[in-house]
Amino acid sequence: MTRDEARRVIERVLARIAPEADLGGLDPRADLRETLDLDSMDFLNFVVGVHAETGLDVPESDYPKLATFEACIAYLTAGERGPGGARQGV
Amino acid sequence: MPSLGADMETGTLLEWRVAPGDVVHRGDIVALVDTDKAEIEVEIFCDGVIEALLVEPGRKVPVGTLLARLREPAADPAQPAALLAGSVTPTHPAEPIAAPVRSALPAPAPPPLLAPIPLAPTSAPPTPLASTSPAPTPLAPTSPPPPTRARGRASPLARRVAAELGVDLATLIGSGEGGAISREDVERAAAARAPAPSVAPAPGIAPPIAPGPPGGPDRSAAMRRAIAAAMSRSKREIPHYYLATRVDLTAALRWLGAENARRPVTERLLPAALLLRAVALALRETPELNGHWIDGAFRPSEAVHIGVAIALRQGGLIAPALHDADRKPLPQLMTELRDLVARARAGSLRSSELSDTTITLTNLGELGVEMVFGVIHPPQVAIVGFGRVREEPWAADGVLGVRPVIGLTLAADHRVSDGHRGGRFLTAIDRRLQSPETL
Repeated sequence: MTRDEARRVIERVLARIAPEADLGGLDPRADLRETLDLDSMDFLNFVVGVHAETGLDVPESDYPKLATFEACIAYLTAGERGPGGARQGV
Repeated sequence: MPSLGADMETGTLLEWRVAPGDVVHRGDIVALVDTDKAEIEVEIFCDGVIEALLVEPGRKVPVGTLLARLREPAADPAQPAALLAGSVTPTHPAEPIAAPVRSALPAPAPPPLLAPIPLAPTSAPPTPLASTSPAPTPLAPTSPPPPTRARGRASPLARRVAAELGVDLATLIGSGEGGAISREDVERAAAARAPAPSVAPAPGIAPPIAPGPPGGPDRSAAMRRAIAAAMSRSKREIPHYYLATRVDLTAALRWLGAENARRPVTERLLPAALLLRAVALALRETPELNGHWIDGAFRPSEAVHIGVAIALRQGGLIAPALHDADRKPLPQLMTELRDLVARARAGSLRSSELSDTTITLTNLGELGVEMVFGVIHPPQVAIVGFGRVREEPWAADGVLGVRPVIGLTLAADHRVSDGHRGGRFLTAIDRRLQSPETL
């Protein structure tokens, strides 16, 4: 997955969870949960949404790796970099 | 118009999902109603055939207003019709008032008789229809019903308050069992009437109180006012007592982590579901925290319908019920919790979810709050609060360690329970959380 594809996936999923958020104006390095006021249910829905779009099954232990927008892009594109990256699900 | 929470005084009928002649079954969605908080799908509480719709879409009417009439199904076609909710609306002047006579009449089918049932109760579930009770006949002909009509379905206190406030009991359907009117119902009707003194129903169609734009720009202000009214009443009337404790979540979180590691992402469990389940099971041990205070007496509830406080993204808060939380296994509870939160935020809750809550659970842990001392939502008698999970130094068995610990609080109605029972309840929650595999 390219960075652009990853960005679009994340934006689509976040837009469903926080429809009122201005994702364009989001600081890519700011804490997502704090900036968008996501609670644990929202975050679970985010991970479920990412799974639905990409097939990637993010284990709970990897949640900290999805802390910021930038980190999410890195996580989603990591599969392209081969072993050592994120697990590519399904 | 069903009461969808203690803070609701009026509702706007947005649309009908049924038409006259439609066959409906208990639980079917029959209408969409806008409260100050959300758009709610209104469910019907018994089977029957829709006979007439009495309120036009777009109308804002007080809680208790008659919305529609329902005829009971086939068993005896000439037999009673129930109505959805509301006040006496003279619609069939030709029909005799046949009510309490029925039990006295033998075989020949009496003329259609109408008995009111609340579409959705504020507290106790309604006795669906008059089949067992010699209930009221609110189907009045064209003249206003005689005062005696209200006898038996309004408490003495409610009648006195009604007299003081000038509320005609005959125009109300109560939230109590079988439509019994409580003081709260009277007060709500009086308050709802306040902005527009003339709410006397016109034949067939209830009048609007206000234009009532659903989802208008001042919704958040309206929600604020609704919360203000309910919480002020709570603090005015309920002698709260407060208890707090801390619970070691090591066992619960370890179990949850292992469980989630082998679950696909779509079936993962949140700590919130575990906490909900522990509360539900602990309530079985302390029934005096689960139920309603109505007309000066506590009415315990057999069912455990836990209201889950959900912050809405646009601001404000709503606490829809997760029904029968004590009877659902954890995975199902989690699925339903997810669904409930999603629907609360999308504004598509059902009437029963806002009308029969027996206790509320609030969780402010997400905000970093350590403890929350809640305000009881009348007519409930308790609210349980969880704070955030944080690592703390924790002494156990003579050893000091670091454990994930959560703040657990209870605010309860001292008229119903005392600190001793409340303490036992918190202890029961703690005990259950120490054996997560049994949840």
